[in-house]
Amino acid sequence: MSDLIPLLVTLPVVPAALLPLLGRRFDRIGWPVAAVATVAQTGLASWVLWRVATDGPMRTVVGGFPAILGIELAVDRLSAVFVLLVAGVGLWGLAYTRRDGPRSATAYALYLLLLAGLTGMAVTRDAFNLYVFLEISALAGYALVATGDGLDAAPAALQYLLVGTVGASLYLLGVGYLYIATGTLNMGALATQLAAVGYDDRLVLAAFALIAVGLGVKVAVFPLHTWKPRAYRAAPPGFAAVLAALVSTIAAYALVRILLSAFTVAFLSANPLVVVVLQAGAVVSIVVGALLALLERDVRRMLAYSSVSQLGIAVAGLSLGTPLGIVGGVVHLVGHAVMKGGAFAAAGVVAAGYGARTVDEYANAADHLPVTSAAFATLGVGLVGIPPMVGFFGKWYVALGAVREGAWAVAAAVLVSTVLSLAYFARLVQRLYLEPGEGKSDRATVSSGMVAAGVVAALVALGLGLASAGLVDFLWPSVQGVTGP
Amino acid sequence: MIPPLLDRAPYVVAVLLVGSGLYVIVDDPNLVKKVLGLNLFQTGIFLVFIAAAFRTGGRAPLVADSSGGPYVNPLPHVLILTAIVVGVSVTALAAALVVRIGEEQGTVRVDELDSAPESAEETAEVDDGE
Repeated sequence: MSDLIPLLVTLPVVPAALLPLLGRRFDRIGWPVAAVATVAQTGLASWVLWRVATDGPMRTVVGGFPAILGIELAVDRLSAVFVLLVAGVGLWGLAYTRRDGPRSATAYALYLLLLAGLTGMAVTRDAFNLYVFLEISALAGYALVATGDGLDAAPAALQYLLVGTVGASLYLLGVGYLYIATGTLNMGALATQLAAVGYDDRLVLAAFALIAVGLGVKVAVFPLHTWKPRAYRAAPPGFAAVLAALVSTIAAYALVRILLSAFTVAFLSANPLVVVVLQAGAVVSIVVGALLALLERDVRRMLAYSSVSQLGIAVAGLSLGTPLGIVGGVVHLVGHAVMKGGAFAAAGVVAAGYGARTVDEYANAADHLPVTSAAFATLGVGLVGIPPMVGFFGKWYVALGAVREGAWAVAAAVLVSTVLSLAYFARLVQRLYLEPGEGKSDRATVSSGMVAAGVVAALVALGLGLASAGLVDFLWPSVQGVTGP
Repeated sequence: MIPPLLDRAPYVVAVLLVGSGLYVIVDDPNLVKKVLGLNLFQTGIFLVFIAAAFRTGGRAPLVADSSGGPYVNPLPHVLILTAIVVGVSVTALAAALVVRIGEEQGTVRVDELDSAPESAEETAEVDDGE
C-alpha cells in the first residue's frame, strides 16, 4: 500500500518527460495529457487521503535502505492534505488555461513537473531530498513565468531564478550543517540526534537560521519577497494563479514539516530567541505586506503583496509552537492557497474580458462580468477574513493561539492586517460595483472555464470555511503527535 | 591567527566563494555576470560539503578495499553530485533567459532594460488602446 507514495511523484513526472517528444508529433497535445494526468493524480491523492484517514500514516523507504541511510517518503494527515491541494489546484488551473493558454506541449510538461516537485516536497522526510524537489518545482516555476508573452516575462523569470536559487542554496547549506552536526538527513533520525547534540549548539542554530531564511525566500516573507509581485504579474494568468496558490504554500509546509519532524517543538522552547526572531519576521511581514498591497495600483501585484502578509500569518502560527497555532497556520495556508489562486484567476478574467489591470480600471466591471465580479468580491471577503469564509478561521485560530501564549504582537498584527486588507479589498469591490466606467469589453476571450475557475475557488473557500472545524479535527492528531499534549 | 586558518583552508575558500558570488549577484548590472556569480556562490556551498567529508589519511570507501579505514565519507559526495546536476539545470535555464532578454531588448545589462514593471505596464496600456 505504501508503494503508492512514490507513485504520487512519478505519476506527473512520466507524462512531463514524454510531452516534449509528443509535442513534436501532435499539435496541442499538452493540455489533454496534462488533464488526464491531473485527473489521475487528484484521484490518487484523494484515495491516499482516505487511506491515511482510516488506516493511519503510510511510509516507505525508497530502495529498501534502512531509514537512516535511505530516502524516506511518508504521508500523514498533514502531508495528505497538501498532496491533495497540489493535485486539486493542478486540475483546477487547467480549466483556466484551456482557452487562455499557453498551448505548447513543453509548457504543460513544465506544469506537470511543477506539480511533481511540489508533491515530492509534501511527502519526503529526507532533508536533502526536500532540496531536490524544491529545486525541481522551482525550476519549473521559473520557466513557467518565462512563458508569459510580455516584455518583462524573461527579466522577471531571471530575477525569480536568481533570488530563488540563492534561497534554495542557503537551505542546502543549512542541510549541510545539520549533516555535519548529526550525520543523518532523515527527519525522524534528526529529531533524536539533534536532541542529543543539544538545541543550543551553535551548528544547530546556524543550520536552523539558514534553513529558515532559505525557505523564507520561497515563502516570500518580507524582506525576501521582492521576486513575487513581478513574477506573478509577468506569468500567463492561468499559471500565475497556480503558482500563487501553491509555490509559497508548499514552501511554508516544508518549514512546518522541518520544524515539527526534524527540529521538533522542543527546539523552539529551548531557544526563546529563535521564537522571538521568527515572530518578529512574521509580524513585520504581515503588516508591511498589507501596507504594500494598500499602496499598489496594479491588481495582480496587489494580490502578490497580500500573499506576503497572509503567509506571514501562517509563519506566525507556526512560531507559536502549540497545536492550536500550528493547525491554525496550516488551515490558513490551505484557505489562502484556494482563495489567492481564485483571485488571480478572477483578475485574469477581468484583464482578458474588460481590459482592466489596475484598481482604477476595474470601475464598473461588474456590469460586464457579473459572475466573475461576484466571485472576486466573495474571495476578497474571504481574504480579509470574514466568516463564514475559510480565511476567517485560519486567522481566528492563529490569533486565539497567540492570545493563549501571550504573544500579543502576533494577535495585534493579525488584527491590523485584517483592517488593512479590508481597506484594499473594499476599494476594489467599490470600483467593481459602484464607480462608473467603461472598459474594453471583449467577452470572446473569456471562456466559461476561466469564469468557472474563480467561482469554484470561491465555493471551495466557502465550503472549507463551513467545514473548518472538521479540518481542524482532521489535522489535530498529526500535529499533536509531534508537539505533545 | 594564520595557522588555524590554514588548517581550514577549504572552508576559507568556501567563504570567499560564497561572499564574492553573492556580491556579484547583487552588485553587477550585467546579467551574464550575475549568473556566473550564482555559480560561484553555489560552488562555495558544494565545497563545504566536500570538505566536511574529508578525513585525514582517509581512503576511498570501496567495497573491494579490505585494508580497513579510515575512509572518507561518501555520502556528501553523492549529495553534491546531485546538487551539481541541479546547478547545471539552473545555469542552463538562466543562460536561456539571458539569451532571450538579449534578443528581445538588445542588452543584458539590468540598468538598460526597458522592462521595469511600471514602464512595461505603460507599454501594455498603449498596445491595448490601439
